[in-house]
Amino acid sequence: MLDLSDYGTSDFFQILKRRHPELLATFNASDVAANAYTPEASFQPYEGTTVLAVVYNAGVVMAGDRQATEGYQVGERRIQKVYPVDRHSAIAVAGAAGPCIEMAKLFQVEVEFYEKTEGVNLSLEGQANFLSHLVRSNLGLAMQGLIVLPLFAGYDLKQQRGRIFKYDAIGGRYEENDYYAIGSGGKDARTTLKKRYTPEIDRQDALAIVAEAIWDAADEDIATGGPDLIRKIFPTLYTVTEEGVAEVPETTVEELYRDLISRL
Amino acid sequence: MSTPYYVSPEQIRQDKEDFVRRGIAQAKEVVVLEYRDGLLMAAENPRKTTFKISEIYDRIALAAAGRIAEYEILRVVGIRESEIKGFRYYREDVTAKWLTNLYSQHMGAVAQAWDAKPLEIELLVCELGAQDAPANSELQNNRIYHIAFDGIYSEEEKYAVIGGRAAEITEILEQRYTDGLEIAAALQLVTEAFRTIEANTEDNYEITPQTIEVACLERTDERRKFRRLSTDEITTLLDF
Repeated sequence: MLDLSDYGTSDFFQILKRRHPELLATFNASDVAANAYTPEASFQPYEGTTVLAVVYNAGVVMAGDRQATEGYQVGERRIQKVYPVDRHSAIAVAGAAGPCIEMAKLFQVEVEFYEKTEGVNLSLEGQANFLSHLVRSNLGLAMQGLIVLPLFAGYDLKQQRGRIFKYDAIGGRYEENDYYAIGSGGKDARTTLKKRYTPEIDRQDALAIVAEAIWDAADEDIATGGPDLIRKIFPTLYTVTEEGVAEVPETTVEELYRDLISRL
Repeated sequence: MSTPYYVSPEQIRQDKEDFVRRGIAQAKEVVVLEYRDGLLMAAENPRKTTFKISEIYDRIALAAAGRIAEYEILRVVGIRESEIKGFRYYREDVTAKWLTNLYSQHMGAVAQAWDAKPLEIELLVCELGAQDAPANSELQNNRIYHIAFDGIYSEEEKYAVIGGRAAEITEILEQRYTDGLEIAAALQLVTEAFRTIEANTEDNYEITPQTIEVACLERTDERRKFRRLSTDEITTLLDF
């Protein structure tokens, strides 16, 4: 017979912890020796960096570069760092690529599981709070240097505006009103956004400053990948508005960069 | 010490079946039928938040007739097990056949348990074919599984009906169903069938866009194929 005992919970993460702990990344201090991971060590996981989000007049833009590094080498050129969560939210991740992607996937399933079992969407605020728990549950890994930091953004249907949430390694949750960028090129991206951002910016301008911020991050930070015009690999950009989450077509992103380069 | 009464296994099974039949006979019907762009599911249900048809996974939906409390828990467990399987392997590895077996085993075990009453429900597990599968591949086909209260299930084609007057509706569909219906025509066919059987019933249940629940599994580019139709949409389709 099926086990019906956890009928009452809509928390998929909790169900996995209780029933299938083997599916969760529960590395702890004894699994990962305290000094196992340093940039010089032979064990070098893929790392993903720069992701950012910008609030604009119809919602929020979320973007990420496409490169993952393996120490000082390029590990992956086409990695995906931005993921739609539900119809009105998206998550972007920076840090150790494996656990990052796993966290994004688990978070997406969590939110969808809640929606299907309860028959209503989990509120944006509720999603942002839940993400705190996920980040905190990764503390053991973070202490070993395998940090996972998400950036979360969405369109709040009640407040009718785009919202951005950033996190620290121990699960602290902080809201940003206009823009934010995290990852090794995050600071460089933020500098560009600081100079270029204006309140009530429209979609076209928001996409342009996002493209420029990633360009500047890639210019200053060796771990961040810029547009690759030869291989046709471009940063991923998503918009989240009242109408839903939409990926900005690659051709549009290419145009943004050709336009930017022509003005350099 | 007194001697326990002997009851034959056939008698026990017959008693349980009679008991469930009486319960299911009260249940309003749910119909699923294939139309041009997928699977359409419709039920007589005036309630707006208590559903008989629901989304389980990307291409899978569940329709149920009978006691709400008994199928509601199976709905949630179905979502749970599907999400766990999809999380462990890959989303496409979650299939209606697998889910049907899961439900079937559970319902069969409950029906056979000496100290439990059988579940007074019938289920339809519906799955939209994989549109990106190679042409003429088996994977392209839609699937409809009908699970009885005792876990015995059958695979249906084109359409299936559960509920008290399922036989009467099936008879109507046998005469009037055709392949490749548009969604509006498919919905009109179902509502006509509902109206016909309601005309023969005394409780005067009126079939309007407000008193039916409609959902579909639709071939779209979205990952989640399930869509619930709003009263406005139903009204538009019925006027079409």
